[in-house]
Amino acid sequence: MLTAIKVENLHKTYRLGQIGGQTLRQDVSRWWARLRNLPDPYLRIGDDDHGNREGAQIHALRGISFSVNQGQVMGIIGRNGAGKSTLLKILSRITAPTAGQIKVRGRVASLLEVGTGFHQELTGRENTYLNGAILGMDRKEIDRKFDEIVAFSEVEKFIDTPVKRYSSGMYVRLAFAVAAHLDPEILVVDEVLAVGDSEFQRKCIGKMSAVAKEGRTVLFVSHNMSAILRLTEDTLVLEKGRLVFLGSSSQAVDHYMSSGFAQVGERVWAQDEVPSSSAPFRPLALRICDAEGRISDTLRSTDPMIIEMQYRLDEQITGLRIGLYLQTSRGEVVFTTFDVDDTDQYAAFSGRPAGHYISRCILPADLLNGGRYFIGVNASAYRIKRYFQDDQALNFNVNITGAPGTQWPEERKGLIRPRLEWQIQQVSEPQKSLAWADHE
Amino acid sequence: MTLNSKPFTPSPSAEDQWTMIIRPQRGWFDLNLGELWHYRDLIRLFVQRDFISIYKQTILGPLWYLIQPLLTTITFTIIFGRFAKLPTDGIPPFLFYMSGTVIWSYFAESLNKTSNTFINNAQLFGKVYFPRLAAPISILISSLIAFAIQFVLFLGFLAYFMLVGSEVHPNEWVLITPLLLLMMAGLGLGFGIIVSSLTTRYRDLRFLVSFGIQLWMYATPVIYPVSAIPEQYQPLINANPLAPIVEAFRYAYLGSGTVSLINLVYSFAFMLVILFIGLLLFNRIEATFMDTI
Repeated sequence: MLTAIKVENLHKTYRLGQIGGQTLRQDVSRWWARLRNLPDPYLRIGDDDHGNREGAQIHALRGISFSVNQGQVMGIIGRNGAGKSTLLKILSRITAPTAGQIKVRGRVASLLEVGTGFHQELTGRENTYLNGAILGMDRKEIDRKFDEIVAFSEVEKFIDTPVKRYSSGMYVRLAFAVAAHLDPEILVVDEVLAVGDSEFQRKCIGKMSAVAKEGRTVLFVSHNMSAILRLTEDTLVLEKGRLVFLGSSSQAVDHYMSSGFAQVGERVWAQDEVPSSSAPFRPLALRICDAEGRISDTLRSTDPMIIEMQYRLDEQITGLRIGLYLQTSRGEVVFTTFDVDDTDQYAAFSGRPAGHYISRCILPADLLNGGRYFIGVNASAYRIKRYFQDDQALNFNVNITGAPGTQWPEERKGLIRPRLEWQIQQVSEPQKSLAWADHE
Repeated sequence: MTLNSKPFTPSPSAEDQWTMIIRPQRGWFDLNLGELWHYRDLIRLFVQRDFISIYKQTILGPLWYLIQPLLTTITFTIIFGRFAKLPTDGIPPFLFYMSGTVIWSYFAESLNKTSNTFINNAQLFGKVYFPRLAAPISILISSLIAFAIQFVLFLGFLAYFMLVGSEVHPNEWVLITPLLLLMMAGLGLGFGIIVSSLTTRYRDLRFLVSFGIQLWMYATPVIYPVSAIPEQYQPLINANPLAPIVEAFRYAYLGSGTVSLINLVYSFAFMLVILFIGLLLFNRIEATFMDTI
């Protein structure tokens, strides 16, 4: 069998110093200083002489090699910061590797986002053509598939309406429909399936498996272990820029779930993942657990849930607030909450001395509807400074077994699924009201 | 030019034949123009998008294309014609300034917009690959459409002034108009992509551009004829590659000034060199600029 993708000793290093502004003046004076054999004028005392030319480095990928056969569907899993997105970006030619190479046989299309390049003022039809062209289709190809795309997206009636008038659901459906009709030999997919309602997600997963069955090569990155198990035969596990496991998907998922690092339902921040601007705040871990304290990726909506943020303060911070915000997979914010929302609590913790802390938030039972949720976390002092922020620190599933109304297996709209009190009262007898009506 | 990646040919069968090899740095001359050609529909759609968004987002829509040069011309006529009384080679001042404004603004627009290529498209470039040159090239075409509209306006005024018997003499040099536009486009693109490549590293250059274009206009015979410059300084003016183009355009349509083949050849050569440097630089930067933006 032919090899479709061959990755050879791939390295990617980001230089921290390059990110952020630089001015020509600094570079010119640095160059002038070097010319006269003087030290770098912008060097902080105590730093090595590498200035912005070398800078602190982040090794996103540290020598990865693997190959994918034609027609193989390969999953990629790993924690945030493991190098998954860097690998995808290199494969998609958005950025170049620092060392090593990738050999590819066949046309590659990559989906790192749906709706890239959609323009608000253009109609659905115009955006379909524009987005298709951005993804590498030519006009004839789009002409040929246009009706199919529109049918798949279910927005026929509004295809000549500017997309700024679309609901977010329609927008995403059209965007995904275009992407789903790409015909490449190799498809690289990031977790774009986490969009749309569950009905639409099913449709997307169906389309993905159809693509895979046609003998195309697919690389699929996901946090969703069940999607990985359903769609892929083989999976590679990345950890801190290294390939730590490559084998059958079920073994890979086991490896990932059992390795201490990659515990699902928990996000641990390693030293090199925390920007230096966060100091003296140092996030350690965010986890979600059930009422018994068991860390889990899937929780039942009928039980309370506990979200814990563990962190360290290297110095005292005055007015610190730890904020959690819960979002749906579509990006709607369900709520935002701070650990010192309560004024007494705020008074008691107005200045938190250096030390190790856990801020724990308890969500009552019967709060959330089913689905996947993302937890964002931030640490700030109101109007003074935001120390740390991670919008998608952790994600988890809510299982609605036993929730109100689950006797009917239909999808129930809404972000929350509260158990509300209902009273049903019969206010009059039918015969009486008929008799009353007859009198009229 | 070597084309080591041809992503759109069908898969070859031999084990050692690859359609694409992703390497740390692309070669200096690895421009991959064939791939750009494959994406020509994308360029067309970018142009269409730019036009529609201007049309839909402003009240006056495409009328802006006409209002802009008209207002500029009127302002120049009043300030430089009436108050400063700059000479116009015997041409009606209104036509003189309009000819300069229309051809100059094609260059200024192209340069100004292409110089923001990387920064304005960072969001798009960060999510999907397509030949990055498609973005600046679509800008050249959008600006060319704007030019065409303004040019028709200019021709209308020219016809009017000829009817009322003004001393203007369009001549056979109008035939080189496409060549003049090509040179303007090449210079605009060349300088634009040089600046856009450098702005990924030096953000302050952005602010210099619009200001620099303004100054550059005064160094180009847009509001004055070359003949108004003392003889000994004329080579200095003509060292500006834009000067012979503006002067030739005016000579072709109004019959004033001079057109010098040597100067035009110089401008053309200058354009080729700038375009070449620009493409090389752009090609180097595009591989890794997402890491720095």
